[in-house]
Amino acid sequence: MDTDQLIRTLAADNAHRAPRVGAVLTMALLVAAPLSILIFATFLGVRADVMSAMGNPFFDMKFAVTLSLAIPAIIVSLHLSRPEALLRGWGWLLLLPVGLLAVAIGSEAMMAPAMPMTMRLMGKNSRTCLMAIPAMSLPLLAGALFGLRHGAPSRPALAGALAGLVSAGLAATLYASHCTDDSPLFVATWYTIATAVVTVIGAAVGSRVLRY
Amino acid sequence: MRGREDEWTGLMRSAMAGDDAAYHRLLKAVTPVLRAAARRGLARAGQPPDQAEDIVQEILLAVHLKRHTWDSEAPFAPWLFAIARNKLIDALRRRGRRVFVNIDDFAETLPGEAPQETASAGEVAAQLGTLPQRQRDVLQSIAVEAASIKDTAAKFSMSEGAVRVALHRGLAALTAKLRDH
Repeated sequence: MDTDQLIRTLAADNAHRAPRVGAVLTMALLVAAPLSILIFATFLGVRADVMSAMGNPFFDMKFAVTLSLAIPAIIVSLHLSRPEALLRGWGWLLLLPVGLLAVAIGSEAMMAPAMPMTMRLMGKNSRTCLMAIPAMSLPLLAGALFGLRHGAPSRPALAGALAGLVSAGLAATLYASHCTDDSPLFVATWYTIATAVVTVIGAAVGSRVLRY
Repeated sequence: MRGREDEWTGLMRSAMAGDDAAYHRLLKAVTPVLRAAARRGLARAGQPPDQAEDIVQEILLAVHLKRHTWDSEAPFAPWLFAIARNKLIDALRRRGRRVFVNIDDFAETLPGEAPQETASAGEVAAQLGTLPQRQRDVLQSIAVEAASIKDTAAKFSMSEGAVRVALHRGLAALTAKLRDH
């Protein structure tokens, strides 16, 4: 087929309209979310004292941190699904959860501690945290990668890493309602390790499946 | 240069609004620029220039299938050159070289410097043969025999909608095969 013939064929297909990447990503995450929620409901569940926990600012802060990871990661991943897009000027959005955590750790340090620092950091649920967040992330990661495949990222591994951050942020939001460790030191340590694991998986898979 | 790129943006806006002729003109207009850049990339990687047309066709397919990622408020050229650069790097990498492609390879191409002939490319034609029968028939009819969608539908006793679906799926399958090939 010579190039003129190919061009004619492409022009004949001009009427085909693909949905926006944001729409496909949203749908894919909505399809994946029930699977993650099922894992949550089967193995974890909301902590028993959730009503009183909601009065604890450090419990609420966990959701602020996880959502300040997931939502900016969605925004940046959609930005990077355009081929000419650069991370520059957008990457700072991903520092939001880091800043929030720093503020939370600072506020906790200024209060009279109920427990010594090492106990707050180690918590009681570190192992569950390290397993639950990646496990609940996997369906969401698959959904995020599927959605981003609809885009045209110039750096597939970076886009895959962002898919990892999206899914880890959403999975951590679920997990936060289960976990009784509310210290920002616990969150900064174990949530971060779990998120890093998912991000590395996302980058590795993304470098293959997000090429277009 | 600026004028040329503004013209492309205008054509792409019309194309996205449903003007098939504008789309055809746009693809014709960008092809010599893509071809010159592909040749230069191959030359720099020490590869024979006769594979340039394969790369041009891969870029055109990617442009077509990813055009929904173009923001119609943004200029078209940076988007086009980013896709072209990615496909050129991929193509050269597949040929066993680690290469760096300068985006200026595209932006600095003068229209006059580009050869105008359209060469036949082997890869698309080869992969075409591996498509399901119906997609292949439809693509052949429209590409090679220059039949319209309507005529193609009549020829194969299909609805026009079915021809459009087969056409689009065929192009998407072709692109996937070229990428993973």
